[in-house]
Amino acid sequence: MEILDILLSATFWAAAIRIASPLIFATMGELICERAGVLNLGIEGIMIAGAFTGWFAVYAGMPLPAGVLMALLIGMAFGALHGMLTVPFGLSQHVVGLGVTLLATSMTYFTYRLALPEVTSPPRIEAFAEWPVPVLSDLPLVGPALFSQSPLTYLAFATVAAVAFTLHRTPLGLALRAVGENPASVEAQGLSVTGLRIGAVMAGSGLMAVGGAFLTMSAFNSFFFEMVNGRGWICIALVVFGAWKPWKSLLGAILFAAFDALQIRLQQTPIGAHVPYQVFLMMPFALSILALILMSRRAEVPAALMVPYNKGER
Amino acid sequence: MRLEPIADPGLGRTLGFPAAALAATLAFAMALAMAAGADPLVVLGLMIKGAAGSKFALLETLNRATPLIFTGLAVAVAFRAKLWNIGAEAQLYAGAIIAVLLGTGAVALPWPLLLPLSALAAAVAGSLVLLGPATLKLRFGVDEVVTTLLFNFIMLLFVSYLLEGPMKDPAGMGWPKSQRLIADARLPRIADGLRLHWGFLLALIAAAGVWIVQTRTTLGYEMRAVGLNPTAARFAGLPVGRIMIKTALLSGGLAALAGWSEVAGLKGSLTLDLSPGFGYTGIIVAMLALLNPLGVVVSALFVAGVFVGADSMSRAIGVPTYIADALLAASLLFMVLALLLARVRVRRG
Repeated sequence: MEILDILLSATFWAAAIRIASPLIFATMGELICERAGVLNLGIEGIMIAGAFTGWFAVYAGMPLPAGVLMALLIGMAFGALHGMLTVPFGLSQHVVGLGVTLLATSMTYFTYRLALPEVTSPPRIEAFAEWPVPVLSDLPLVGPALFSQSPLTYLAFATVAAVAFTLHRTPLGLALRAVGENPASVEAQGLSVTGLRIGAVMAGSGLMAVGGAFLTMSAFNSFFFEMVNGRGWICIALVVFGAWKPWKSLLGAILFAAFDALQIRLQQTPIGAHVPYQVFLMMPFALSILALILMSRRAEVPAALMVPYNKGER
Repeated sequence: MRLEPIADPGLGRTLGFPAAALAATLAFAMALAMAAGADPLVVLGLMIKGAAGSKFALLETLNRATPLIFTGLAVAVAFRAKLWNIGAEAQLYAGAIIAVLLGTGAVALPWPLLLPLSALAAAVAGSLVLLGPATLKLRFGVDEVVTTLLFNFIMLLFVSYLLEGPMKDPAGMGWPKSQRLIADARLPRIADGLRLHWGFLLALIAAAGVWIVQTRTTLGYEMRAVGLNPTAARFAGLPVGRIMIKTALLSGGLAALAGWSEVAGLKGSLTLDLSPGFGYTGIIVAMLALLNPLGVVVSALFVAGVFVGADSMSRAIGVPTYIADALLAASLLFMVLALLLARVRVRRG
């Protein structure tokens, strides 16, 4: 049975975790925004901006970690724009989010063309190498899958732990969750709803950009147009699938990536010879829609998601 | 900071802020031109010349505006009822597929019958594409923003499959491209020798039609009521679900006509690059028009002019054409902010 062979191979799971990594960053980013009550549709564009910024910083001579930092900063800058417009001004999160995506995408392409006017195939960078963890990477199956990955993948998993811990075990997390459920109660505590929400959107957007940077700095080693290819929108579905909880969303991202890795491999089997490759490529998007439908019944949407807060207004 | 609604904003405020938004967009565009090492006034001048400086330029702008009027209308209709249709791109391709399906010889009818049939079928196909996400929203509460966005990717892959499989032109030298439409399935040019097809006039008629629906019919009133406050609309006894579905059918149909008219009027065949994001740009068009169907025509002409002008300017002095996308995205954000500031006062504390 071919599918079984694939599912039991270590390279398959290693690929799944690799595919999941950018999604994990961006999903955590979106999750933070939404838990604070702000839907961030800037995600797709911010990922593109992050992918370009990280890659270009390294291409221009910066060390790899500095490239990641630059991506984080550019993401936070777009997050600040999104947050300013949607939180204190309370503008439509749909329209602003799409506007941020269009702006981030076009600014990225504009900058790319300015920086590399004559280039037909974009230059490659020396990307993050794998960091096998001693001893653990020798374990069967789990070793190559989890412990022989890019440092950015480890960072992605650490981010989930950090987000989960912050959200559920710290006063800051409590305030953030409250601001997404009942902002008036936070105001009553003497905390700033605006500050918390803008902060969450900036932090979340930074993570989205790092997710984008994973693509250029750990997966493809180069930047090209349309490389994010809907991953941002998929991450929004993953947040819903994960019921706005960090660990569940992580599980969703890995499951999703496993399906993605599976469809790539199935294309090379006899099934792939009979089914057009486009059907395989549709699977991730179709799966995301399916996940949204399945989870819709027990949605635990933050109560104040997409509800702007204007002090003194009831 | 606090926002206080102004009861009677006055004309200065209502017009002043949108004007300021346009000025800010202009300043932003000039900053981008300077970043590209060009003289901003030269860039601006070349863009205006490229968009409207000659008969050829003007016709090019009108041609480019045609699909944008359709997608702009599609978005305006949907957004007014707070149906977030971000899937105009997918609906556009549905219309394009129908244009090819009926227009490459499968249906042997003279053009007075074939063109209306094909347009109607295209609109129905677009409606059906949006019916999916609209039903999911109503039945399961699934956010239509995400589903319509995801559908765009599925549709593009479906078109790619069609163009490499059943719809592939056998004489296409291996390119993923459909057969050309037969003469009876092509939208004629408005006048001989004029590079402008009937699609543009149809788009104007569609805009007038949508305006009439929105301002002179019960459905238009109901759609606005649902958009303003769905809870209140339901409380008032309006069938909110049915109105949403009607809105979706209208919006999807309009977006599909964009793809249909591009194939039947301009291109004559279907390729994967038929739409350089007309569906997404439709959102900018609709928002700049304040969701007003007649305003959509004006803003589509403006947006098309920016694109056509930027293309021409870029060919002349090499500033990347993406300056057009960037300044339009910025104008969207400036404009939504300006429209808010026109009717509220910002207070400290």
